[in-house]
Amino acid sequence: MPVNEGMAELSDLLFRTSIGVYAVGMLGFGAEFAFSRLGRVAGSASAVDEAEAVDAADETAAKQAVLVGAAPAGGGEVGTTGPSGGVPGRTDGRTSPAGDGSPRKGAGSAGADGVTPRASVWIGRLAVVLTIVGWATHVGSVVTRAIAADRVPWGNMYEFSSMICLIAVTTFLVLITRQPLRWLGVFVMVPVVLSMGFAGTVLYVAAGPLVPALDSYWLKIHVAGAIISSGVFLVSAVTTVLFLLKDRWESRLAEVASGRAEASRAMRSRGGIVMRLPSSATLDTITYRIIAFAFPIWTFAIIAGAIWAEAAWGRYWGWDPKETWSFITWVIYAAYLHARATAGWRGRRAAAVSLLAFSALFIDYYLVNLVINGLHSYAGI
Amino acid sequence: MTTRHTAPSGHVDGLMPDDPTVLEDPEAFDPPAPRRAADRTAPTERTERESTQGLTSTTTGASTASTGGTTAAARTSPSGAGSAETAGPGAGGAGDSGAEAGGAAADGSSAADGISAASRGGSPRALSSDTTRPARVGGRAGALALIARSWRQLTSMRTALVLLFMLAVAAVPGSLLPQRNVNPMKVEEYLADHGSLASWLDRFSFFDVFGAPWFAAIYLLLFISLIGCLWSRVRWHARALFTAPPKAPSRPGRLPGGSTWTSPFEADEAVLRARGVLRGRRFRVAVAPADARRPDGTPDHSAAAEKGYLRETGNLVFHLALVALLAGMGFGSWFGYQGTVLVITGNGFANTLISYDQYNGGELVDPVDLPPFSVMLDRFEATYQDNGQPADFRADVRYAEDRDAPTRTDTVRVNHPLAIGNAKIYLIGHGYAPHFVLRDPAGEIVWESYVPCTPRDGMFTSTCTVKIPDTGLPPLGELRVPQQLAFSGVFTPTTVLDPGHGYVSVFPAARAPGLTLTGFVGNLHLNEGIPQNVYTVDTRDMTQFTMTGPAGADRIAQVVAPNNPQQRTLTGLPGGLSLEVDGVREFATFQTKSDPFKGLVLVASVVIIAGLIASLRVRRRRVWVRATPLDGGGSTVEIGGLSRSDAQGFAAELTALTRRIRDDTAPEDVTPGAENPSTGAPSTASTPTGSTATPGAATPTTTSSSTSSTTSATSEREP
Repeated sequence: MPVNEGMAELSDLLFRTSIGVYAVGMLGFGAEFAFSRLGRVAGSASAVDEAEAVDAADETAAKQAVLVGAAPAGGGEVGTTGPSGGVPGRTDGRTSPAGDGSPRKGAGSAGADGVTPRASVWIGRLAVVLTIVGWATHVGSVVTRAIAADRVPWGNMYEFSSMICLIAVTTFLVLITRQPLRWLGVFVMVPVVLSMGFAGTVLYVAAGPLVPALDSYWLKIHVAGAIISSGVFLVSAVTTVLFLLKDRWESRLAEVASGRAEASRAMRSRGGIVMRLPSSATLDTITYRIIAFAFPIWTFAIIAGAIWAEAAWGRYWGWDPKETWSFITWVIYAAYLHARATAGWRGRRAAAVSLLAFSALFIDYYLVNLVINGLHSYAGI
Repeated sequence: MTTRHTAPSGHVDGLMPDDPTVLEDPEAFDPPAPRRAADRTAPTERTERESTQGLTSTTTGASTASTGGTTAAARTSPSGAGSAETAGPGAGGAGDSGAEAGGAAADGSSAADGISAASRGGSPRALSSDTTRPARVGGRAGALALIARSWRQLTSMRTALVLLFMLAVAAVPGSLLPQRNVNPMKVEEYLADHGSLASWLDRFSFFDVFGAPWFAAIYLLLFISLIGCLWSRVRWHARALFTAPPKAPSRPGRLPGGSTWTSPFEADEAVLRARGVLRGRRFRVAVAPADARRPDGTPDHSAAAEKGYLRETGNLVFHLALVALLAGMGFGSWFGYQGTVLVITGNGFANTLISYDQYNGGELVDPVDLPPFSVMLDRFEATYQDNGQPADFRADVRYAEDRDAPTRTDTVRVNHPLAIGNAKIYLIGHGYAPHFVLRDPAGEIVWESYVPCTPRDGMFTSTCTVKIPDTGLPPLGELRVPQQLAFSGVFTPTTVLDPGHGYVSVFPAARAPGLTLTGFVGNLHLNEGIPQNVYTVDTRDMTQFTMTGPAGADRIAQVVAPNNPQQRTLTGLPGGLSLEVDGVREFATFQTKSDPFKGLVLVASVVIIAGLIASLRVRRRRVWVRATPLDGGGSTVEIGGLSRSDAQGFAAELTALTRRIRDDTAPEDVTPGAENPSTGAPSTASTPTGSTATPGAATPTTTSSSTSSTTSATSEREP
C-alpha cells in the first residue's frame, strides 16, 4: 500500500502546530483562571456565604470578585505551573503579598465594586479561540494522516493518542457551549498537551498501512468507541480532581466557619483559585454526567472488541492483558456508578473510585500497550 | 387510595439505584432500621411553619432541616421509600413542639398524606409506619433472622460494591502473570525461572486466575447478590408498571418548582384538561375517581402522572442481560471446545482429540463426537512491509467437511476464519520450521524432521529445539545410558552479523535464513514417561560437543545457512554423525473453536448496551395536578413535580408543562381571581428563592390563594 508522503508530512506539521497552539491556549486559560479568581478571605462565616455565592452564580460572581491589583504579568507564570495540574496557582501568593496580612472580609461583596478583569476575560476568550484553531489543525492532522495512510487514522498508539486528545478537546469545546465551564480549560489542556507531546515524541511512528490483525472494519467501530470513551473519561478525571480540591476546600471552610480550625495561610493565598471553581456538588454532578455518558460507550467498545476478537482470534474473550484491564476499568467505573448511590460512598469516596478507574484506564492504555506483552501490543514502537 | 408498595426492605439498595444524584443522606440506602418518624414535609411547608411560629434556630440547624425536608420530598418516589430517616437536627434544635408537629412519617404510600397532614394545621402528630421494631425471638426464629440478615447483607449495594472491587483486584494478577489458558509455555518458563515462589503461586491458581476457585467465588457471589437484588426489584418494578402513579400530595404547588393559579373551570374539568395535556406528552396519568375523598372528607380532584419507567426497565434489563451473558459464557464453556494445532506447510490435521497440540473441551463435550472434518495446509504466505511490519498472512487450505465429503479449497486469513459446520478455524500464528537431516558416517539418513521454532520477536528470531532420541549410537556403560542428541539453536530468517549481538534477524521474511546451533549428547530422559516440554532441553545428563562447519572446526556454536548447500552441513558430531539443515518451511498455527452459545452472549451484549443507555439517559419524573373548588365557582389549580435525576432538564420540562396546562385551564381574560398583577404570567423558573441553598430559608412564601410560584429548584436535590 503506498503512503502519500506529502500528506504524511503535512499531517505531522499540523500535529506539531496544534500542540503549539494548544499550549498557548493552555497558558491563556491558566492566565484567565489565575487573574479572575476571587479575592481572598480569611476563615469566617462570610467565606461560606461567598462560596455559596460562587455556586449560585459562578461566572458573574467570580468575575466581579476578582482580587484588585493582581499583576497582569503573573498570568504566564501560572500557565507554566500547569503540569502539576492538580494544584493550580502556585504564584498567587506572590501576586499580592499584602492580602495575606489583611484578609478582606466579605470580599465577594466587596468585589461587586465593578472592577471587572477585562484583560483576563479577553485572554480567556482568546484561549478559546486558540483552542478552536488548535482543534482545527488537529482535525486537519488526523484527516491528512488518514489520507496519507489510506485508512482510519487510528492504527497505532501515536494515532490513538492523537485521537483521544482530539476527543477530549472536543468534549471540552462542546461543554463550554452549554455551560460556563471555561475555567476547565487549563485543566483539560494540560493533560492534552502533555499526552500529545508524549505521542509526538515517544510514540511517534510514520504513517503506514495496518498490521493484518487490525485490518478489519471492526477497527473503525471498536477503536472509535475506545477512543471516544477514553477521551471523555480523561475529562471526567480532570473534573474529579477538581472536585476533590474543592471539596477539601469547602470542608475546611466549614471547619473554620464553625471555629474548629484556624484559617491557614494556604486558605488565604491559594484558596483564591480553588474558590474560583464551581461548588463541589456541581463538579460532582459534572463528573457523574460525563462518566454516565462515557460508560455505555466504553461498554460498547469492549463488546465490539469482543465481537472482533471472535472473528480475529477465535474467541470473544480470552483474558488478554488488554481485555483484562478493559474489564477492570469497566468494573471500577461500574463501581463508581454504584458508589454514587451508596451510603457512605458518595462524594469523596466515589471520586476516589473515579480516579482509580481512570488509573486502570491509564494502565490499560499505556502500560498494556508498551510494557505488558499481549495481543494488543500495536504501539508499533 | 392507591396503595403504593414500598420496596422490599434491604433490596432498595440494590445494584444500580434509580438515581444516584438524589440521595442526600447516608441512611437512604441502608437497610431500613426502625427509627423515629421523620419530618417529611416539603421545604416550603416547613418554611412557612417556621416563619409563622417565629422559630429561631441556628443557621446550621435550619439549613440541615431544610435539607432534610428536601430529602423527605424525595421519599415520595419509591427508590427512596421504605427507610425512615431521623428527624433533622434542625427539628431537634428548634426544641418546641412545633417542629415535632411537622413530623409526619411517610413511606412510599403515605408521603402525600404526610404532607397533607402537616398542611392541615400542624396538629402534633407523629405517624409511624416504620417504627414497629420486630420482636426478638430466640431459637429458630433467631437463626432465620440471621439468615435473612445475611441475605440482606449479601444483596446490599455495599456488598456489591466490595465484590466489584474484589473482582477488579482479582483480575490484576491475570494480566501480570503468564496464564495457562493464554500461553502455557510461558507459564512453564516462569515456573522454571522463579522456583518456590512460583510454585506457591501455582498452588493458588495464580497461573489460571480466571479459572481459579477464588475468582469464581467472587463473581458467583456477585451474581448471587445481583440476582437476589434483581428478584425483588423486578417484582417491584412490574407492580409499579401496572399500578397508577402515586396520588397527588395535598399541595403539589408547594413542591419545588410548583405553581398555583386560579382557573375559571370547575375542579374536575380543570383536572381533566390537565390530564389531556399530560397524556399528550405521553405521561401515564391517573385521575382520582369521582367519589374519591381526601382525608378531610372533601372531594379529591387530582391527577397523578408519571413518565420515564424506561429508566428502571433499562436498569433491570441491563442487569438481567449481565446474568444472561454469564450464563451464555458458562454454557459455552460446557458445550464448546477448542483445539490448537501447529501445521507445517504440506501437512494437515483432522478434528480429533489426538491431532491437536492443545485441546480444551467443555465438560459436556465428548471428544469422540467431534465433527470429523480435516484440513490440509497447502501453502502459507506472509507478506511484510519494508520496515518488517506484517502486511498480510494467507493460508491456502484444502478441507473436507466429512470423511466422504468432497474436498474444497479456501484461504484462511487473520480476521477471516474458515467456518466448517458449527466450528470455526482461525489462523492465529505462524513461524519457521527448518528441516534437519541426521546422517550416519556412511551417509545414510538416520533421522529427519521439520522442527518448528518458536518466534521470539517481530523479526521472527526464533528459538529451535531439536531432540533426536534414536541416533543409532550405542548406549554407554553398564547402565546402558542412551546416547541421544539434542540441538538448541536460534533461527534468524534474514540473518545479519551484528558486532555486538552476533547473528540477528533484521527482517521477518526468510530472505537469508540462518541457524545458530549448539549440540548436546547424553540422556534426554525421554523414555521415562515424564512429560517434557518439547521446546526446552533438559541438559542435566547431557554434555555439549563441538562441531565442524561453516564457523570453523571444533566449535561449540555453529551457524548454518539452509539455503546455501555449501554452508548447511555440520560434521564432527559424536559417532561421526553429520547434521544437515537443508530447507525451511513455514508453519501456521490454527485454532479450531466451537461455541454453540455465542449467539446468546451476543444478544445479551446488545441488550446490555441498550439497557445501559436507557438507565443512564432516561429520567423518571412525576407530575401532580390538583384542583380545589373555589366558593364562587372555578378552582385553584396547583401543579408540582419531582424528578429523581437531572434537575435542570426537568425544571425546563415542568415549566413547559405548566405553561401548557395553564393555557388550557386558565385562558387569558377569563381569569376571575387573578388578583396578583405582578405575577400575571408566572413563570416557574423565575426567582430562585433558595429552598436548599439559603440557610434559614428566610423568604416565607406567600400563601394567598392567588398565583404563586415557588422555586426553580425542581428536583429534590440541587445537582
